[in-house]
Order: sequence, then structure tokens, then C-alpha cells
Amino acid sequence: MIESTTRVLVQGITGRHGSFHTGLMLEYGTNVVAGVTPGKGGEEVHGVPVFDTVEEAVDETGAEASVVFVPAPFAPDAVMEAIEAGLDPIVVITEHIPAHDTMMFVQLAEEYGVRIIGPNTPGIIVPPERTKMGIMPHQVFSEGSVAVASRSGTLTYEIVHHLTEAGIGQSVCVGLGGDTVVGMTFIDFLEMVEEDPDTEAVVLIGEIGGSAEEEAAEYIAETDYPKPVVAYIAGRHAPPGKRMGHAGAIVHRGQGTAESKEKAFLEAGVEVAKTPWEVPELLKEYL
Amino acid sequence: MIRLLEYQAKGLLREVGIKVPEGGVARTGEEASRIAEQIGGPVVVKAQVPVGGRGKAGGVLFADTPEEAREVARDLLGSKIKGEIVDKVLVEERLNIEEEWYAAISLDRSERIPIVLASREGGVDIEEVPDEKIARRYVDPFLGMRPFEARLVAKDAGIPREYLRDFESVLTAMYEVFDGYDAHLVEINPLVLTKEGELVAADAVVNLDQDAAVMRHPEFAEETEDFHLVELGGDVGIIANGAGLTMATVDLVKEFGGEPANFLDVGGGAYPSLIRRAILAVDDLGVSVILINIFGGITRCDDVAKGIVRAMEDVDTPMVVRLVGTNEEEGHAILKEHGIDVFEDLEEAVKRAVEIAQG
Repeated sequence: MIESTTRVLVQGITGRHGSFHTGLMLEYGTNVVAGVTPGKGGEEVHGVPVFDTVEEAVDETGAEASVVFVPAPFAPDAVMEAIEAGLDPIVVITEHIPAHDTMMFVQLAEEYGVRIIGPNTPGIIVPPERTKMGIMPHQVFSEGSVAVASRSGTLTYEIVHHLTEAGIGQSVCVGLGGDTVVGMTFIDFLEMVEEDPDTEAVVLIGEIGGSAEEEAAEYIAETDYPKPVVAYIAGRHAPPGKRMGHAGAIVHRGQGTAESKEKAFLEAGVEVAKTPWEVPELLKEYL
Repeated sequence: MIRLLEYQAKGLLREVGIKVPEGGVARTGEEASRIAEQIGGPVVVKAQVPVGGRGKAGGVLFADTPEEAREVARDLLGSKIKGEIVDKVLVEERLNIEEEWYAAISLDRSERIPIVLASREGGVDIEEVPDEKIARRYVDPFLGMRPFEARLVAKDAGIPREYLRDFESVLTAMYEVFDGYDAHLVEINPLVLTKEGELVAADAVVNLDQDAAVMRHPEFAEETEDFHLVELGGDVGIIANGAGLTMATVDLVKEFGGEPANFLDVGGGAYPSLIRRAILAVDDLGVSVILINIFGGITRCDDVAKGIVRAMEDVDTPMVVRLVGTNEEEGHAILKEHGIDVFEDLEEAVKRAVEIAQG
């Protein structure tokens, strides 16, 4: 999905988070070629040239993918600018974007055939390529052949930490983002790594709420997914959430609980770890 | 997510031309009786609490006279419905019900676009109604809901032809609220067909997006706190960063035989004073031990350590600290200086916390 040679653009590069994490991305090895902040064209951040528009940045540097740190009120516009400029993937780190705004740019991206990761995501990291787009603390990660997708930031670090300690490296890790509406789903991720020769097994880190895990389980069962998958679900002892009307219950009957997700995974032949450190134990039999 | 109270939801529906029962909001029995008098007939008195299943929990009462309205309002006011204290009631005319229908527009998180749902079999048991009796249609958010789509849904739901255009108006108006207020859900249940042949929203749920409210609808934005504490009733206090990791920590305490006292997520980038306040809040629950599980990313371990040290001045409850990630060494050094044991291994930390709680 991204490689060490991928030419990365940082939108919102002059902001506090944008500039700080541009430094860390460069330090890790990401090929950051340009930044965009409207009105700050001509400046430099960590030696990276800043442009006023995405179009200029693409023309001048050949940027191919974008990571977005733009604050929530302006982020949807920034993402649409990146979509229309043909950047892919677009990783949206920004949190607190209204769900209706996300719905619009996710829909637009689908029409353009562009992949969105996030919003409210720690991003994507590809340890074998020493490349990341996002804010993941890269010390935790190690090179290997397990692909990890997660709905939660720090819980990803926790589980990857146990993988790395157990000597199990990662081919790619993606934070799907914690918002109600996000771009890339578990299914998109499974499709993405299905043909990846560097990925031998997949870890899905889910949590209660929504039906993304149940849908992933259904996809694994239906496609007879060719690679082993191990899952972890957070929230099995969380109290029931407050009822928010009937529509969700009607559309996704009985889904959303830890039991429903675990059952769906087990029926699809996916083992479910009870603790974060059980994930590497379950993986070992497949590697 | 912000769940509006019924009278607020109905206010939004009224703005776009959907008929709602005549009535008003009362904070005292006197006010309730006055509203009932104005209505001049049998009324329904409804507790205004942001929870579902209110009717079955005794939050909806009937009254035939203003005096009765005063009494039932007094019964409801100050009482608790599903854990929520009632400080307002909605007093409304009682409708002459011919049929109860269902209509909803929801932002579907799987398809990531709006879905319209409608049924001729609405009412409190809508979730038991079989799928084939509930019409559904996804809407392209760039086009919005066009009237013909509303009519297709109406036909699918079996709405009688003579009410086709009225139902279309209700659905398109609901979409106006959905779109205009960045709603996650606009639901009318029941949408009552009265004996007089009118469609009236007898009850309504509108859920708004907190982020959108802050940005565009400040009148509905809820005050957000730096952290969110949910009580779970046990004696092992829990503080972690990130919702997923906090839930996982709660799960682990339970797996190892402990009883979690709470869920508290300090979020990303917590600073020392926030950590201190979080510890004091958990300590206030009267826990036997406080388990702090931080995986530093944006959050820096040295900031967390400083917060813990500051909290120690006011807290005697034993703390079990697990601290890894960004600036881990600095964080550990600060804690060791103050004689606080720190764990790198999560399993050991959880076991230790449960041990302390069990004496």
C-alpha cells in the first residue's frame, strides 16, 4: 500500500502536530516530499518545502499520498482537495471531524477510487519499508509478516508490543480510526493484504459497538480467506451503552456486543485472544 | 452522541412543518396543570429523560383533568427513570389513534451513508417487527432525499395511497432535520395516523453529533470533560489512555478475578494536572487500589509520572503503575525517585492490582 519510495505529502505541515510528526516520519524513513498550508507557501519544515495548494505540491514534487493533520473545521476541505488531486491513500489523523463531513469525503473518495484511512487514526506503518504515515510510536514496531488492523490507537501499540516481544514482526499496521464513520474497514484491509506476498497472517483488533467485526467475519467465511486470522475484542466487560433509538437495532439486529463479535469470528474459523499477550501465542501455530 | 430530549426533538420537527401534539414543558405540578387546562381535554404527561424504553419504565402517565395532570406530574418530577432524574415533563394532548407507524433516518456506519426506514407497524415493539415489514432505502448524501425516494419507501412500507403525499412530506422534512443538524438519527415512533386523518409525531428521537454541535449547533453542544468516568461498582480503580486500551484493562482485571470500580480514559496527550485529577476522581469512589495503565504515544510517560507524584500528596490508596512508550525511561526515573513501583509488564501489573484489592 505504501513503500519506502512513496512520495508523501503532509497537509497541515506547519501546525504543531503536523511539524512535530513530520520530523518523526522523516526520522523513521518516510519519503516526505512536500507540505501544504494555505498562505504559508515558500516556507520549509524540517527541510520539506511548503506549498499553498495540493495541486502545486503535486506538480512540483510528484507527491502521491497524503497525511492530513489539518484541524477539524478545515479538514474535510483539505481531504477533498487531496482526493481531487488524485492522492492515494489519504490518511486523516485529525480528530473531532463531524460524522456528516466524513460521510461526504468518504463518499467522494469512493467515487474517485481513492482509499481513505481514518479519520481519528494513528495512521499506517509498514515496518519492512521503514515507512509510516501518521503518529504511531515506531519503536514499538518490528519488521515481519503479520498484518495488523485496529479500531483503537493505544490498544494497537499494546498488542504490537506483545508481538514484537515475542519475536513476531509486522508487514503492515493500520489504525482504522475511532470515529462512527471511517474510510478503510476491516474488509478493505483484508482485501488489501490478501495478495500481499509479505503477509503470512492477519490480526484484527476490534471493540464493542458497530458491526465491522461481524462483517469482517462474514467476509472471511464467505471468501474462504486464504490467510490465518486472529482477533482480539476489547469491551467484553463494558457496561451496556445507552439506547440511542431503534434504527440501529433494526438494521444490525443483535450485533455490536463482544459476544456477537466473538461468535461471528469463531464461526468463521478466526481464533479470538482473551488477553493482548495471547495474540502472539495464537499466531505462533500459524507462522 | 447527544440524545436530545423529546420536547427538543419535537421542536426541530415542528420547525420543518411536521405536526406534533399540542402541549408544553412543565417543571412543576402547577405548570403541568396550567398546560393541561389550556389543552382542555385528556393529556399525557411524559418524563423528559434522554433514555429509551421510558414508557415501559413508568415515565409516561395519563391524566383526564388538570388536577390529575398536576398530581402525575408531581409523581414524575424528582423521580428517577432508568437512572435519570426527571426535572421536566412534557404535557401533551392525547391523540385519537387510528394507526401507529414508524419512520427513521439514520447514518448507517456500515454503508457510511444515510438509511431511511419505515413501517406501518410502529410503536414500542418496533424491534420485534419482522424485517419484511420494514422498508429501507439508502440515500446518496450528495443528492439528499428526493421526494420520489420517500414515495418509494412509503409504497414499500405499505402506506395507504391516500396518505402517500403526507408521508412523503414527513420523510423529506425529517431529512431536512437530519441534514441541517448533522444528526446521527431522526426517528418518529410512533408516527400516529389520527382518527381525524392527520399524521402526527407522537414521540421522536433525535441524536446529534457532538463534534458538529460544537462547531455548528452550539445550542445543543454538551459540555465535554477532559476525561470520562463510568462507575462499574467494583473496588479496582482503573485509569488508562485510549478507549480501546481502557476497555481492555477493565476486561483484564475481570479476567484475573478482580472487580473493576470504573472506566476512566484520559485520552491522548494527557498532562500532569489531568492525570492528578483523574487519580483523585477514582480515589473518591473509595477503591482499594488504583491501576494506572498508560501506553505512551502522544502521551508522554514523564508527564504521567509527574501527575502521579502530585496526586500522591492527597491520595493514600495504593497505586499500581504500568507505564511504557514515549519517554518511558524519564517516567520510570521520576516514579522510582518517589518510591513508586512501576511495571513494564501488563499482566504482572493487573495481577498485582487484583492481589491488593483482595487483601
